[in-house]
Amino acid sequence: MSVIKKIMASAAAVAMMAASPALAEDMRIALVVKALGIGFFEAAAKGAEEAAAELGDVEIIYTGPTDTTAEGQIEVINALIAQNVDAIAISANDTDALVPALKKAMQRGITVISWDSGVAPEGRQMHLNPSSNPLIGNMIIKLAADHLPDGGDVAVLSATTTSTNQNVWIEEMNKVMGNYPGINVVSTVYGDDLADKSYREATGLMQSFPDLDAIIAPTSVGIVAAAQAVVDAGKVGQVNVTGLGLPSEMAGAIESGASQSFAIWNPIDLGYSATMLAYEIAKNGASTEAGATIPMGRMGSLTLDENSEGAMADPFIYDASNIDAFKSIF
Amino acid sequence: MTDATSQTRHIPDRLHSRLYATLRSWEALLLAVAVAIFIVNSFTSPYFLNAWNLSDATFNFTEKAMIAFAMALLIIAGEIDLSVASIIALASTAMGFAAQYGAGTPELVIIGLTVGLLCGAFNAFFVTVLGLPSIVVTIGTMSLFRGISFIILGDGAYRGYPADFAWFGQGYVFWVITVEMVLFVIIAVIYGVLLHKTNFGRAVYAIGNNPTGALFSGIRVQRVKFILFLLTGLMSGVAAICLTSRLGSTRPSIATGMELEVVTMVVLGGVNILGGSGSIPGVVIAAFVMGLVTFGLGLLNVPGIVMSIFIGLLLIGVIALPRLWTMIAARRAKP
Repeated sequence: MSVIKKIMASAAAVAMMAASPALAEDMRIALVVKALGIGFFEAAAKGAEEAAAELGDVEIIYTGPTDTTAEGQIEVINALIAQNVDAIAISANDTDALVPALKKAMQRGITVISWDSGVAPEGRQMHLNPSSNPLIGNMIIKLAADHLPDGGDVAVLSATTTSTNQNVWIEEMNKVMGNYPGINVVSTVYGDDLADKSYREATGLMQSFPDLDAIIAPTSVGIVAAAQAVVDAGKVGQVNVTGLGLPSEMAGAIESGASQSFAIWNPIDLGYSATMLAYEIAKNGASTEAGATIPMGRMGSLTLDENSEGAMADPFIYDASNIDAFKSIF
Repeated sequence: MTDATSQTRHIPDRLHSRLYATLRSWEALLLAVAVAIFIVNSFTSPYFLNAWNLSDATFNFTEKAMIAFAMALLIIAGEIDLSVASIIALASTAMGFAAQYGAGTPELVIIGLTVGLLCGAFNAFFVTVLGLPSIVVTIGTMSLFRGISFIILGDGAYRGYPADFAWFGQGYVFWVITVEMVLFVIIAVIYGVLLHKTNFGRAVYAIGNNPTGALFSGIRVQRVKFILFLLTGLMSGVAAICLTSRLGSTRPSIATGMELEVVTMVVLGGVNILGGSGSIPGVVIAAFVMGLVTFGLGLLNVPGIVMSIFIGLLLIGVIALPRLWTMIAARRAKP
């Protein structure tokens, strides 16, 4: 029986550690992520804790399944419903499969919002997008223009010709080109989100346009390949690679100078904003109707569209000043 | 003459009383674990002893347990089916496809069960007719069945299920007793009777202990195995209906990784992974143990990875314990 006793003893020990005594009047907000152990979400949890510290009367329950499955998240949601938490802020593994479970949560009086990866409208009160297409379209050209005060030639290295996200962002970029006089987009090429093809396309761009000043790659695969192509062509300092990328993959390019700066959402801000929004709705009864505006602390306020979705902010800019802090996160 | 009768000695057919044997059985051990977990959970979380919460918690194991009963018979007979979760994916995809064309709930149920049976027959053909090892065949069909779902659905999803289809996975028979819970009990009874009270059940044990001996005893080994694969497929179809109804949608990633949880449940229930022994009551208790552990730890917001570690320790602990016990007893018995 000793083994069983040991198991039970360790169960009790785990229980003691986990059941950190919550003050009765504290508002409990659950931050449910796709899976535990992912740097991006650990950073979001950090942001949620920051918001909780700022608000004072909030306890954050950071939880999620081991694998990115909808079934695992439903088990987590059922456990949260059972604990009668005040709010659930979830990044969903499945847009539709979570709807019945989250509907049940809302019926039991729990505030439900989704963030990062959304839930179908009937399964949540509102959804927080990290950014929006117009903000991203503007950001990618701004990143290039910021380092070209006298204007210059830039080229776009996209994913595939049919990539919806990239096409919309490039379209939005073209709409605001008037705000950046002197900047010319000389060509748009497609690397198909393959490292080797993106590399060849980037090399081709530098050969076709010897005076090229910047390559904009609004794809995390293309931006890394383009930076490598610039290093290999010995054009560091002449051609600046920018766009959307992941700090962990781009740290080398920032260090070598092939990339001055790039952008992507900031997970800390995302977790912070999701917590602030959940608090405002659960505690202060903020409206989640279309057109409503909900404050979210240091991130300003969020305006909801007709689908009760809102965009948090401009993509966050990463450069030599902050890359070291973020490269280990995601 | 009277001397002879007085000299006959009674030779017991078991060394200990039936009660003693029952108390030392795997099932008793597991039941003790289940009760202990129940008590610990009641003390550590104020939310545990709540009828609605416990009712919600049964969803953690009902669907897996339905398959586990059929899998128990299959493993006792010395075979295994690792494609069950993929059968769920394929059956669910087929139901979703039919629902797009306006199929009603009865048709969807028939489609789900039929696809399950067909997949089971597919596995059975390769194992019993071609004589291939079941672990190899079902690792293959595990990719094949889910692969077909991915081809049909891609990154899309089926949503348009009829409203009354939700009854299976979201409905209640009365008060907090869910439809799935009732199905779970009915299926447990059916499989309990099948394994422990019928000739078919005796044949399953015989095949698991000695397939050649079973064959020479007149048991149609391949036919029994064929039926067992059909039953596992059928139960996967039932689980697919419940899970699809509960999620209200189908994606090709549905039930990913469930096959290992089903096998864990069976082994935790005392079924010998090499075949030959095991019982349905054991699997029933194992289902409750796994459900109670995951729900209890979930209530305490223990991270999922700790939960996996805990289930792993539980499995190894419960398997190692009887073996340790025997070794210690053997050592003590030596002079």
